[in-house]
Amino acid sequence: MSGEMGIGVSAPRTEDRRFITGRGRYVDDINLRSQQYAWFVRSPHPHAEVRGVDAADALKMPGVTAVLTGADMQADGVGPLPVAWGITSRDGSPAHEPEFPGLATDRVRYVGNPVAVVVAESRSQARDAAEMVNVDYGELESVASATAALEEGAPQIHEGAPGNLCFDWEWLPAAMAPDARANTDKAFKEAAHVVSLELVNNRLVPNAMEPRASLADFNTATGQLTLYTTSQNPHVNRLLLCTATLKMPEHKVRVVAPDVGGGFGSKIYHYAEELTVCWASRRLGVPVKWTAERSESFLGDAQARDHVTRVELALDAEARFTGLRVDTVANLGGWLSAFGPAIPTVFYAPLLAGVYRTPNIYVTVKGVFTNTTPTDAYRGAGRPEACYAVERAVDEAAVQLNMDPAELRRLNFIQPDEFPYQSPVGQLYDSGDFEGCLDLARKLNAYDEFSERRRQSEVRGKLRGRGMCFYIEACGAAPSQAAGQLGARAGLYEVATVRVHPTGSVQVLTGSHSHGQGHETTFAQIVAERLGIDFGNVEVVHGDTGEIPFGMGTFGSRSLAVGGTALYKAIDKVEEKGRKIAAHLLEAEADDIEFTEGEYRVAGTDRAVSFGDVALAAYVPHNYPLQELEPGLEETAFFDPENFTFPSGCYICEVEVDRQTGQVDLRDFVAADDFGNIINPMVVEGQVHGGLAQGIGQALLEHCLYTPEGQLLSGSYMDYCMPRADDLPNFVVATRCTPTPFNPLGVKGCGEAGAIGAPPAVINAVLDALRPLGVRQIDMPATPQAVWQAIEAARSGG
Amino acid sequence: MDAKVSFTLNGRSVDAEATGATLLVDLLRNHFGLTGAHVGCDTSQCGACVVHVDGVSVKSCTMLAAQAEGRTVETIEGLASNGELHPVQQAFHEHHALQCGFCTPGMIMSALDLLRRNPRPSEVEVRDWLEGNMCRCTGYHNIVKAVRAAAVAMDEEAS
Amino acid sequence: MREFNYYRAGSVRDAAKRLSASGNAMLLAGGMTLLPALKMRLNEPGELIDLADIGELKGIKLNRKGAQVGATTTHAEVAENVELRAAIPVLPHAAESIGDPQVRNRGTLGGSLANNDPAADYPAVALGLGATIITNKRKISADDFFTGMFETALGRGEMVTQVLFPIPQRAGYAIFPNPATRYALVGVCVAQFKTGVRVAVTGAGASVYRLEDFEDALTDEFSEVALDGLTASAASLNDDMHAGADYRAHLVGVMARRAVAMALE
Repeated sequence: MSGEMGIGVSAPRTEDRRFITGRGRYVDDINLRSQQYAWFVRSPHPHAEVRGVDAADALKMPGVTAVLTGADMQADGVGPLPVAWGITSRDGSPAHEPEFPGLATDRVRYVGNPVAVVVAESRSQARDAAEMVNVDYGELESVASATAALEEGAPQIHEGAPGNLCFDWEWLPAAMAPDARANTDKAFKEAAHVVSLELVNNRLVPNAMEPRASLADFNTATGQLTLYTTSQNPHVNRLLLCTATLKMPEHKVRVVAPDVGGGFGSKIYHYAEELTVCWASRRLGVPVKWTAERSESFLGDAQARDHVTRVELALDAEARFTGLRVDTVANLGGWLSAFGPAIPTVFYAPLLAGVYRTPNIYVTVKGVFTNTTPTDAYRGAGRPEACYAVERAVDEAAVQLNMDPAELRRLNFIQPDEFPYQSPVGQLYDSGDFEGCLDLARKLNAYDEFSERRRQSEVRGKLRGRGMCFYIEACGAAPSQAAGQLGARAGLYEVATVRVHPTGSVQVLTGSHSHGQGHETTFAQIVAERLGIDFGNVEVVHGDTGEIPFGMGTFGSRSLAVGGTALYKAIDKVEEKGRKIAAHLLEAEADDIEFTEGEYRVAGTDRAVSFGDVALAAYVPHNYPLQELEPGLEETAFFDPENFTFPSGCYICEVEVDRQTGQVDLRDFVAADDFGNIINPMVVEGQVHGGLAQGIGQALLEHCLYTPEGQLLSGSYMDYCMPRADDLPNFVVATRCTPTPFNPLGVKGCGEAGAIGAPPAVINAVLDALRPLGVRQIDMPATPQAVWQAIEAARSGG
Repeated sequence: MDAKVSFTLNGRSVDAEATGATLLVDLLRNHFGLTGAHVGCDTSQCGACVVHVDGVSVKSCTMLAAQAEGRTVETIEGLASNGELHPVQQAFHEHHALQCGFCTPGMIMSALDLLRRNPRPSEVEVRDWLEGNMCRCTGYHNIVKAVRAAAVAMDEEAS
Repeated sequence: MREFNYYRAGSVRDAAKRLSASGNAMLLAGGMTLLPALKMRLNEPGELIDLADIGELKGIKLNRKGAQVGATTTHAEVAENVELRAAIPVLPHAAESIGDPQVRNRGTLGGSLANNDPAADYPAVALGLGATIITNKRKISADDFFTGMFETALGRGEMVTQVLFPIPQRAGYAIFPNPATRYALVGVCVAQFKTGVRVAVTGAGASVYRLEDFEDALTDEFSEVALDGLTASAASLNDDMHAGADYRAHLVGVMARRAVAMALE
């Protein structure tokens, strides 16, 4: 019965209809009676004292209700924006966590830093008035690059962080690798070959197509605050509003994240604008709405990556990896975003073993304040940076040793019989079949016929190159206790409620949030499969703290592995209670009742009762074991995983380079991923495609660029190059499956894979194409100009 | 200063008061409640706001409401007839050509303009045409697939 | 956008009168450049005069001497015009490379020329073909029309009404797009006439300009080889995050050769 749309079926999505008919309901589509509009006054300076805010002229403008400042916010006792993860430097001192007020009080530290808010009757009135707010800035010297900020004599951004150093961290996973540094140094001393690279991981802007928006409605009569906001995790926003900033009791705050137009990490955080409209609504007693313009998104949304890394790989005479040393400088921006310090540390270093048996790994990371927009998680979050460092170094080693990059990788793979595999950087890998993925990717790429394709490209006057990457990542965040030991200030479980209605239809309340991932379909498939009911009789509700008990939301490819498992466990409870009800109805022992395909049956007999009849009995308990069992059929489960999950995969791509212009054309992209079990193959493929596009965007197109002082140069789509349809090829995607043993669904997560694996594959391909011209190194993005410059430099012997 | 604007909207004659500087997208969203056209950028590039004016696709964020006077405007909301999805909508659904849905209305309206001019576009032609529509979720792979599938479906419907 | 008055003109005379009368009125054709600029508040006109209803500004007429294209003819109309495709294929080819389909559906020839964006395609084709820009007051040769970044020879109360494109023996337009905007990072139009070859460059400098040494070489021999050894100067070329002046200069050479190859196809 469930077979049509159960687990493993490419069910077209139920959520599609409202989107393809224009009836989605995004935050900006919601309007409340007598709502007012907020417009933010933002710093035009990268670094300045705020000596005063003069709102007199603005207040005279038509339609203006209020102009509010950081001082007003402080006077109302609003707390600073919280940091959700504490990092400890290698000397044992905590990372410097400056107080980050929603509206600046005394200093601004990046262009776009909110200073004041104008509330007016229309959006254009608010905007007009914002131009009339006179802020007295005392400009200070500023610096945008992290390496420049570490130099002696660089402008000081925070008093509590001398030298702009937020933390100086090393990764010695608890009690496992106390000698990592010495052992790694020894491996390098004894190495037959050493490969060393300096890499820049370019800064990115997430650019979900829906700009952020928040509409806050404080009811002065009930004291209830309702916030509609573009969030990936409304319960987390409520938690932070209630505990850190507005400090209201949870039962008086409802946070709704309705349809959300993409997130990719950028909609995880409790942002200044969201806090400000809530506070303004409470203070003014009217609903207050803010919708970002795209140019505000460029300044105000957390940005990502921005690492400078030295990676060194030691190999023995047989080309086996014996040591890896990684030293990274990470740009954190002008303040700490919620997970800002965690991304370049605990989401980065533990993945630096890659898929290889490298025994000795030592990682150091300096987190640095600069006068730029704060950085945080963006699709992949730390893992793309780790993968890029490892996979660039492995390819460089293959070049230097004159080996086939696939064979060098194969030689160093962790073997299938070694799982669960304890990596030297603290991860317990669940499962994988790296050779199998490699072979699959090679087959799809027609690996052995490359030289013929290269020849054909040459005939067309193009340089052809091929690149490979083998990624592994950690998904399904996270075991709360392990995360807590690493500095997390929240739990990372997930919650689901399965509400069976009297007629047997089911409502799922999930703490995961779907902003494109398709939970309304895939979660319903799980229910349909488990309970043997029709897929169409399952509704998945997400994104409303008023309806859903609790949740940590969607990030880090965790929805299915953690949220899906919570759902699975809630279904277990429903099934178990149903069994007792069925036993009563069938006058049998519960132990003798089997549940298959929507029927409870006395084993070995034809005596059966349908799930629907059991549900009805639960709500109309006339014939019901009321002494032993409560009526009703609704169960909730919290699931806290015992480990992360570890998707892995092999990507191979081919590029053609026009040596005259430097233009790189992606000709072919093959992805062979292992996501464990798959609920909906079509949805998974879509996730891979999207991740690949973002990874390719990082490699070839996207670059968030500042002047040395911190003025944003790529502040709109006129300068920030978004991947478009004609930038990308058709993707060839396929999967192999080694189910994870760490959750009952055997699922690993697929949302970030493409963004993690694509960048090194693409750059390795570009370098492969350019190698005949003598080019040895290029940083992302490999824009036409960058490629042309690399060719010119090689030509002139540079 | 408000002035009256009259035009045909999804087959109905409508009028509304709008100032000179009112953008068509704002009139559609705020006055008519047709929130399918979205605003995803402020530089006329993302294409989330695409609607049809006199049968061709335009960016409604880069057109004044007043410029619609006397014209025929079609939005995503007017595409399905009697609850039956248009073949382009149906193809987007079947081929998983949307994820978050934000770019989707503009993407569909743009694709429809292409298919009216070029009933059997090649993959390259579809990719070129969609230059004015950004999607951050799908990597465009399934969008291209859906547009080409819709071309076949529209052909069959017409014959 | 700041508020302004919207006025739909009935004729060129009406529009010109209105334009002269007002101190801060602007003409609105397709609006593809003007409206984004107004949204960014780069300009604050008191009135926009919409030219959409003026029939005399529309249309494409072709005779033996050349093509006359009305100022409010859209890029899409030029790109799809069958007669133009046969007579002056470089013109519809260039029109097709402008912006995206939605921009081409509304953007106009007159608007593009009058705006003279340094990265626009039409100015290169107009200058390369040696077009004549007809206004409500006079005729201006393309050589005199483009005077600087976003500047033209148009005077106060003057508007483009028609553009006359002569028919070259052969012509090509090669563009290397800015990866983000897709405007021309460098675009080169090469056109061969009985009287000689014209080469016009857009995207590279403050305004569209001609490359005389390239023209001389190609007049002697119209082939890619004729350009061997010639390079474009990087002096005073644009320098931004997408392309430095030296890269732009290099691209001018590459695109000029490709435009010649296209003309020879």
